[in-house]
Amino acid sequence: MRHSPAAEAAAAAARDGYGRLVALLAAADGDLAAAEDALADALERALRSWPDQGVPDKPEAWLLTVARNRQRDRWKSAEVQRTAPLEPDRDGARAAIIEDVDPDAIGDRRLELMGVCAHPMIDPGVRTPLMLNVVLGFTAAEVAAAFAVPKATMATRLVRAKRRIKDLQLTFHLPDRNELPGRMEAILEAVYGAYVIEWAASDPQPRLLPPEAERLAEVLAQLAPGDAEVRGLAALVLLSAARAPGRTDAAGNFVPLADQDPARWDTTLIARAHQHLREAYAQRSLGRFQVEAAIQATHCARRPGAVIDWSTLKQLHTTLHRLAPTHGSATALAAVLAETDGPAPALALLDEAVPESVAFQPAWATRANLLATLRRPAAAAAAYDRAIALTTRPAERDYLTGRRHAVDPEQS
Amino acid sequence: MRYALLLHSYEPTPGEIPQEGFEEMERLFDAYGKALQAAGVLIGADIMQFSHATTTLTRRTGSTQVQDGPFAETKEALAGVFIIEVPDADAALAWAEKCPGASYGSVEIRPVATSLADGTWTSHGPA
Repeated sequence: MRHSPAAEAAAAAARDGYGRLVALLAAADGDLAAAEDALADALERALRSWPDQGVPDKPEAWLLTVARNRQRDRWKSAEVQRTAPLEPDRDGARAAIIEDVDPDAIGDRRLELMGVCAHPMIDPGVRTPLMLNVVLGFTAAEVAAAFAVPKATMATRLVRAKRRIKDLQLTFHLPDRNELPGRMEAILEAVYGAYVIEWAASDPQPRLLPPEAERLAEVLAQLAPGDAEVRGLAALVLLSAARAPGRTDAAGNFVPLADQDPARWDTTLIARAHQHLREAYAQRSLGRFQVEAAIQATHCARRPGAVIDWSTLKQLHTTLHRLAPTHGSATALAAVLAETDGPAPALALLDEAVPESVAFQPAWATRANLLATLRRPAAAAAAYDRAIALTTRPAERDYLTGRRHAVDPEQS
Repeated sequence: MRYALLLHSYEPTPGEIPQEGFEEMERLFDAYGKALQAAGVLIGADIMQFSHATTTLTRRTGSTQVQDGPFAETKEALAGVFIIEVPDADAALAWAEKCPGASYGSVEIRPVATSLADGTWTSHGPA
């Protein structure tokens, strides 16, 4: 049963079409939970009937029809009838739908679905989980594992967000010209969120991501091919995924970027990312995701045995810090400046952009390294102590503790 | 500095959370506790039974009064205490953020004023 062609066809239709079908089913009344229930029913029905009756020519259309009928059954149920007007020509419409659904004509409303997930009235913290759940079809348990949150907590959060979408009557529509920039930014942030999930209590955590980010970004690039930042984000995520094989050694230990063997990187993914970047640059509107992707591309351009192109990285990090200044961008720029201009100007930039009053762990780790290079062991040791105090990951802590000991072997 | 991380959360009714939910929670707290231990900042951790097992005693009126449960019916109850020793409040905050309890309840970060160990009271900060 599990490996029968019917089961596989159902699984494939569900995997590829999940977001598309949910978006279509929910568009009518904005009820995501009910749309997912209807689709789950249809999938179950498919698993029962396809092995006997054969897989239909258009599995996705079959699922949509059955799910729609399921929705209709619910709409005409006594409970709903009191609140919703009855559809006049129900049977006629149903018959028409069964005959007429053509998968090629099935509209794609996933972008609208993403827009609803990233709506300003939806809590930013739940936007990424919601997208992974309704656009890619990951279960609450899978999303919970990625976010290191108890399954029940994640399930509750998703249910609450879906209820909110329904109660607030957030409509599934393509954002108009005035809304688009703000909306697209929120959508991109949510997809980016899938790429940089940092919430782990301790190492090693089960990490499902970023393959999910990769798929979300590709879906988005496919839906909005003319958006330069969408392309930039897709390139960024693909380039990061391309380096995944080089990120651990044979023993499973973490390998820093500079020590990775470029021969182990995935050239197919790199080529696809470059395609996205070319499309992005052709739009002539620069944004932070494109710059971040360009930084990743520079790293990926390193040949086996060659050194890192620091001067290009300096340019790109300077641009990024100007476009989207954050504590993170300043810290990264300082680390690059240390290579190109020396530790003193790097430290000056860091102290100005991320003053000592800021409890930002990466800035403290970088500051400690710079002070050590400048042969100021006392200040370096103090900075290492601060960085260690703010570190909650064992591997990072071990690394920093080793560095601190090297600077000041007398102490600790 | 010594800090108490006081975990407050809503208490589920019997059967509301399936057994696997509790097991999963145990796994998350186990990882968290071990991370605190590995970092050398953990002084002690205690997770409470549910508040229906609580008995409250007072001699405020002169005579001993014993009562079942906590006095006030609140939505969230004290669920556990982690005592940690870290350099400052920022570090305490960094650990509180990673506490599994924060994802479904709240974590109160309270500096410890003084503590008794081996018969001696040690002051940690303003009381």
